Amino acid sequence: MTTPQVQPPKLRFATVWLAGCSGCHMSFLDLDEWLFELAAAVEIVYSPVASDIKVFPEGVDLCLVEGAVANADNLALALQLRARSKLVVSFGDCAVSANVPGLRNLWAGVAGGSRQSVLERGYVELADRGAQHPHAPGIVPELLERVLPLHEVIAVDYFLPGCPPSAERIREFLEDLLRGERPQQQGAEQLRFG
Amino acid sequence: MTQASPSITLQINGQPCTVAADATLLQAIRSAGLQVPTLCHLDGLTPVGACRLCLVDLEGHPKLEPACVTTAAEGMVVHTHTPELESYRRMAVELFFAEGNHVCAFCVANGACELQDVAVEVGMDHSRFPYQYPKRHVDASHALFGLDHHRCILCTRCVRMCDEIEGAHVWDVGYRGSACSIIAGLDQPWGEVEACTSCGKCVDACPTGALFRKQDATAEKQPHPERAQQLAEARTDRRWHNQ
Ligand code: SF4
Ligand code: SF4
Ligand code: SF4
Ligand code: FES
Repeated sequence: MTTPQVQPPKLRFATVWLAGCSGCHMSFLDLDEWLFELAAAVEIVYSPVASDIKVFPEGVDLCLVEGAVANADNLALALQLRARSKLVVSFGDCAVSANVPGLRNLWAGVAGGSRQSVLERGYVELADRGAQHPHAPGIVPELLERVLPLHEVIAVDYFLPGCPPSAERIREFLEDLLRGERPQQQGAEQLRFG
Repeated sequence: MTQASPSITLQINGQPCTVAADATLLQAIRSAGLQVPTLCHLDGLTPVGACRLCLVDLEGHPKLEPACVTTAAEGMVVHTHTPELESYRRMAVELFFAEGNHVCAFCVANGACELQDVAVEVGMDHSRFPYQYPKRHVDASHALFGLDHHRCILCTRCVRMCDEIEGAHVWDVGYRGSACSIIAGLDQPWGEVEACTSCGKCVDACPTGALFRKQDATAEKQPHPERAQQLAEARTDRRWHNQ
C-alpha cells in the first residue's frame, strides 16, 4: 500500500484592483515566465488578471492591493479583504499615497467638495454633448468625498511603492515573502516612489 | 603666546577625525567618509539649517544640532545615526511629502529628485501623516522656466543661488506658517520681474521638481546642483571648472 504524498497547503494568494489605472497589475504581468514559478508556489484565489472568482474568498494568506480607496465599492472591498487576509500589501503608489486618484482631494475645500467638483468637471464641463451627472444607484458606486491611501482605511502589513513598482521589485518582494522572510525593502530599487 | 592650531580633532561615530578649525560638522562628517542626509544644504551656498535632516547628536549637549550650520569643535563626540535621529529623520521626510502635493508619477524631477533620494535613504515606504493637499499654484509666467509650488519644500536653495551666485536676488520667502511660499520680486509673476537674468541657476539648484525648464516633461529634469560650488570656487579661488 502506498501512502499518499502529503503536500503542504499552498499559500492562498490574491490581488485586488481598487482606484488605480491597472498599471500595477500590468507590471505584475510583466513578471513573465516567473509567473509560472509563482503559480507553482501559490494558489491564486482572487485576482482581476488571474482568476474569474467574483467574491473575495475567506482564508487568504497574502493579498496585493492596487489603488487608492475612492468610492463606496473600494471601501467595502478593502474592509472585506482585510477581514479575510493574513497579510495585506499596499501595492503601488496609489495604494501607498493615493497618488493620481488622490489629486481630486485638492478640491476638498472648495464649494461642493472634491466629489462634486470632479463629477462636474468630467461629466458636465468637458462634455461635448449630453452633459449630465452619472446617476445609477446600486450600479455606479458613489465616490467618497476624500480619496484615501489604503493604510488610512485598514491596517496594512507591507508597502510596495512605485508607479508602478517594477516587475523586478515585485519579484524580489514576493520571493522574500515566499521564503518566509521579511522583505528587505532597502535602496532605490525597492523603495523609490514614482 | 602660541598661535592657535589650524586644525581640531573630534570623534564621529567612534572614529577620530581632524578638520580645519572653521569646518562645519557636515564637512567633518564627510571628510571622515561618513554621511548624513541633507536637502537645504548645497555646497557653494551659505548654509541655513532649514530642513533639519542633518541633525546630529553631540554627547553632553542638551539638544540635537544641524550639522550643516554647526562649527566643529575640539573634542566633540558626534553621533550621526542613533535610533532617535533615524526616527526623527524619517518623520521629517514623511512630513515633507505630506505637506506638499508630491505626485512623483508625473513630476519633471521623477528619478532625479533629492526628496525621493532622501526618502530612500531614510527607508520611507509610506507616510504615516495624512497628506494635506494644500491649494498651491504653478507660476508659468516666465518664458523659459516654471515654478510648481506644489513640489516646493522651501529649502531656499533658489533664493540663495540667485542672491549669492547670480547676484540678482529675484527670490524671497513670503508669508508665514502653512501659507509660506517662495515669491518672485515683490510677490509678482516671475515673468514680470525685471531683475531676472534668465540664467537658470535657480532651476539648477532646486532639489525637487518645483523649478523646471519648460521644455522638460515628466522625468526629464536634469538638475545641476554642482554648479553653485563650481561658480563659487571660480569666483573666490579663481579656479575654473575647465582648468
Ligand atoms: S501606482 Fe501608478 S501604475 Fe499603479 S495604479 Fe497607480 S497610477 Fe497606475
Ligand atoms: S518633487 Fe517630484 S519627484 Fe520629487 S518628491 Fe516631489 S513629486 Fe516626487
Ligand atoms: S523652488 Fe526649489 S529650490 Fe526653491 S525653495 Fe522650493 S524646493 Fe527649494
Ligand atoms: S542640510 Fe542641514 S538643516 Fe538642511
